[in-house]
Amino acid sequence: MLFAHFCGRVAGSRSAPAAVLGGLVFAGLLLACPNGWAQQEPPYFVTYSSALEEPGNLEIENQNIVAAPKNANGFFAPTVEFEYGVTAWWTAEAYIQGQATDHDSAVLTGYRFESRFRPLPREYWINPVLYVEYENVNAADKSFLEITGNTTIDTLQVSNAALRAELERSIEGKLILSSSVKGWNFSENMIAEKAVNEAEAWEFGYAVAASRPLSLKGSSRRCTFCRQNITAGAELFGGLGTRYNFGLGQTQQYAGPAMALNAPNGFTYKFSPEFGLNDNSAGVLWRFGVSYEIPQVRDWFRRSK
Amino acid sequence: MKGGQWVWAALLAASAMCFAKADGTWMRKVPQNDRTRTNPYASKADAIAAGRNLFLNNCAKCHGENAEGKGTRPSLTSARLRIATDGEIAWLIKNGSLYKGMPSWGGLPEQERWQMVAYLRSLNPQGTEAGNVGVR
Repeated sequence: MLFAHFCGRVAGSRSAPAAVLGGLVFAGLLLACPNGWAQQEPPYFVTYSSALEEPGNLEIENQNIVAAPKNANGFFAPTVEFEYGVTAWWTAEAYIQGQATDHDSAVLTGYRFESRFRPLPREYWINPVLYVEYENVNAADKSFLEITGNTTIDTLQVSNAALRAELERSIEGKLILSSSVKGWNFSENMIAEKAVNEAEAWEFGYAVAASRPLSLKGSSRRCTFCRQNITAGAELFGGLGTRYNFGLGQTQQYAGPAMALNAPNGFTYKFSPEFGLNDNSAGVLWRFGVSYEIPQVRDWFRRSK
Repeated sequence: MKGGQWVWAALLAASAMCFAKADGTWMRKVPQNDRTRTNPYASKADAIAAGRNLFLNNCAKCHGENAEGKGTRPSLTSARLRIATDGEIAWLIKNGSLYKGMPSWGGLPEQERWQMVAYLRSLNPQGTEAGNVGVR
């Protein structure tokens, strides 16, 4: 209902940000091409695994959050993500994100560019991936793509007009560790972030997750809702303070189950309710996302195919 | 040897090295333990059908729906795959060949990888006449 309310609000608004936000929400959904291919993706929203995009493929993902925090206005925050496999060991991504807050406004909150690299050429018991990101987002960001440093839930009570004036440009690094054991995926991310346009200390965060397909064997018939196409798991993430105030104090922490359907038509659908674990967190973040993988985009730019 | 001959010799050596790198070097990297592994689903019709579905979902976008290859991505019906053991093919699917464009599929469950090996083996039965050499 909250989602429908926000959709109606955004669609009914004549402001440019609202129109763009509406476009963000439906960009992923409009890619309803009948042909495509699926890939085995973990159901995580925040945690990265060692899975990279296959070289030449472009994945477009629309992921959204709906939440109604206590003592603050409810909000809807969509993010559109473009992920391209440059090589088998390098994936590049660009994000654009926004949010609409009840009894307030809809705003674009910024963009991000990131790259992920696999430094080791083979599969090991633990597979590391290096992640670097540049982000240009304002304080109205409610995407919760990661949580770093000391943040308080009180920020959600501040108006968008005040928040969007505070711009932060930062670089972020992650060490992604991922293991595959008997069909299970275990992933751990260590996050460090530093603002480059203001004097702030290094901020830290973490994300851990585990998941497993409902069946480890493929089915001999072509089907969408086969058990091997459905992956279930759980995710835990939050802030770890700053260089001068390291720890869990005054940080947001969330945990929740996560589920994904890797449909054979190229779409992946994900859903996760994430529950705030302390008084400093929003009650529940309802997350849902849809992604579509366009195979071998780079062939479009080659003369001979 | 004159200067020009050195250049030609160097070019020849470099191109030979390029071909050598695209000439199944991955097979030499497979550890002996992996090489000798046997496929628990070998020749099982159900597994071959499941492997075909997995192939269509994960591999066909690069290698073609019938594993015939696409552009610079090699065919998977090749002399090299006919002589490769099931263990070697399973190792390649799991580890990939990252610097040559083949991603790792270690995130897929092992059972599914063996089902794909069963399907690829059905396209490349051992002991049959060699076709084109395609897999890098």
